[in-house]
Amino acid sequence: MIIIKQISVFIENKPGRLKAMTKILKDNDIDILAISIADTKDFGILRLIVNDPEKASKALKDAECTVKMTDVLAIQLEDRPGGLAKVMDTLFDNSISVEYMYAFFSKQDGQAAVILRVDDNDKAADAMENAGIKLITSESIKKM
Amino acid sequence: MEKYWNESMECATHEEMRALQSFRLSQTVRRVYQNVKPYREKMDKMGITPDDIKSIDDLKKLPFTMKQDLRDNYPYGLFAVPMEKVVRLHASSGTTGKQIVVGYTENDLDVWSECCARALTAAGATKHDFMHVSYGYGLFTGGFGVHNGAEKVGMTVIPVSTGNTNRQINIIKDFGSTFLCCTPSYALYLAETMEEMGITKDDIKLRGGLFGAEPWTEEMRQEIQNKLGLKAMDIYGLTEVIGPGVAFECSEQNGMHINEDHFIVETIDPDTGEVLPEGTQGEIVFTCITKEAFPVIRYRTRDIGILKREKCSCGRNLVKMMKPKGRSDDMLIIRGVNVFPSQVESVLLQLGNTAPYYQLIVDRQNNSDTLEIQVEISPEMFSDTVKSLEDQEKLIKSAIESTLGIAAKIRLVEPKTIPRAEGKAVRVVDKRKLKGDENK
Repeated sequence: MIIIKQISVFIENKPGRLKAMTKILKDNDIDILAISIADTKDFGILRLIVNDPEKASKALKDAECTVKMTDVLAIQLEDRPGGLAKVMDTLFDNSISVEYMYAFFSKQDGQAAVILRVDDNDKAADAMENAGIKLITSESIKKM
Repeated sequence: MEKYWNESMECATHEEMRALQSFRLSQTVRRVYQNVKPYREKMDKMGITPDDIKSIDDLKKLPFTMKQDLRDNYPYGLFAVPMEKVVRLHASSGTTGKQIVVGYTENDLDVWSECCARALTAAGATKHDFMHVSYGYGLFTGGFGVHNGAEKVGMTVIPVSTGNTNRQINIIKDFGSTFLCCTPSYALYLAETMEEMGITKDDIKLRGGLFGAEPWTEEMRQEIQNKLGLKAMDIYGLTEVIGPGVAFECSEQNGMHINEDHFIVETIDPDTGEVLPEGTQGEIVFTCITKEAFPVIRYRTRDIGILKREKCSCGRNLVKMMKPKGRSDDMLIIRGVNVFPSQVESVLLQLGNTAPYYQLIVDRQNNSDTLEIQVEISPEMFSDTVKSLEDQEKLIKSAIESTLGIAAKIRLVEPKTIPRAEGKAVRVVDKRKLKGDENK
């Protein structure tokens, strides 16, 4: 599967919230592979790529968190100048817009990777394939 | 020396007043029975005819009128005269966005001006004064009510209405305003802005003011008086009855005299509807006995207060109403606007399939009321992008504003974070500290 499940969690901007959420993940033996927070004045959205999204989502929901699974793409980058530019070029040429993105380290060969949230995953995946850009599959994420 | 606008009425003995009230009541009931179907149906149902209402002692036989009755008969169902006799309409905000419409005949406007003229005279105003009216002009009764009363007194009226505080201060200074009329919180805001502009109370000529349309404390009164250099009087009224001028303060500044020759007042037990003796705290109920277009009969205000009939140092014999101690339901007055938590609920329901838990947080900052509405985020509302959450907030904000008529800050919060009491969320946290003259 080239589509990756990202977990998004609503968090209020107040002390202790991140601590509480990471503890839930720890208690459920969830490995965090990538993480990012979008923040506004009053609230934030915690975005996670984990080794077991279903389990993580259930654990957070059981703890009364507001959770949403979102489809994203994980893209393997050539770890050299211009690696990300190539990806952006491809997206732009195909009129795909990026909602947000964040980086993480792929354990494979020390290569860089980005999580990409776009408006059309299938179109983006096809475009990447045509441009010779590698996507990380959900299976390989689980093994990370 | 105390001045009266209408000494024969304001200082009439209790016996004289009762005789007048009895006469006017029986006439009003007869007229309402003939002309207003909902009132007639209610009386018929209870087996009461106008002949049963001979004196003020018979008042308790009549059915109550609730705010819901006014809503049910929107817009003109409770008018007691043909529309060609109605020369003015005003409206008050309703709990579910539905307004209540009231009408006035020429004579009604006269009665209203008379009531306000009494209030202004009791506050010390004369035809030599300049009246600066910062109440809103429009469907709200505040601006026009006081305006007409001030003209009747012969004051020079400056109808400024609301907004543009710096300009208001320049007008007070340049036009030589001697009286001010606005909400008490706006009076304090004016005072603060004045300080910022480097204008002191010695630069202006204000000497008196009438403040109403929202609850205020004795501390606020002292602050207004000190900062603006005027004597601050409370004025009470409600659109359903007539508008400002139903009751007013005298030089004693301790309780408001009710214009009893126009409005009969009762206090009742809000739960049983039983009439309470004067001096006992209860829900205030008014009956209009001179109004032609929109005479309410035993209208339940949901204001809690105490009536005191004792000799007042001002010489008036009109019964006094001690400041409303609160509402018998959950209504809030925020910046002079009536707000019900149920309005927020209905807005949230309209926007989604289920009403999320919410809480109203009312505070007073810089002497102005603030409203924040916290809404617990539901899985349906949640999204992984900031933009769509902010759009949700904006959507709620604009729907709330159009229903409530005031701006509110919307804040999305995590589920189960709003405190629950007995399984239900606590709907309102009012941080405005209203203390002070509760027991006077």
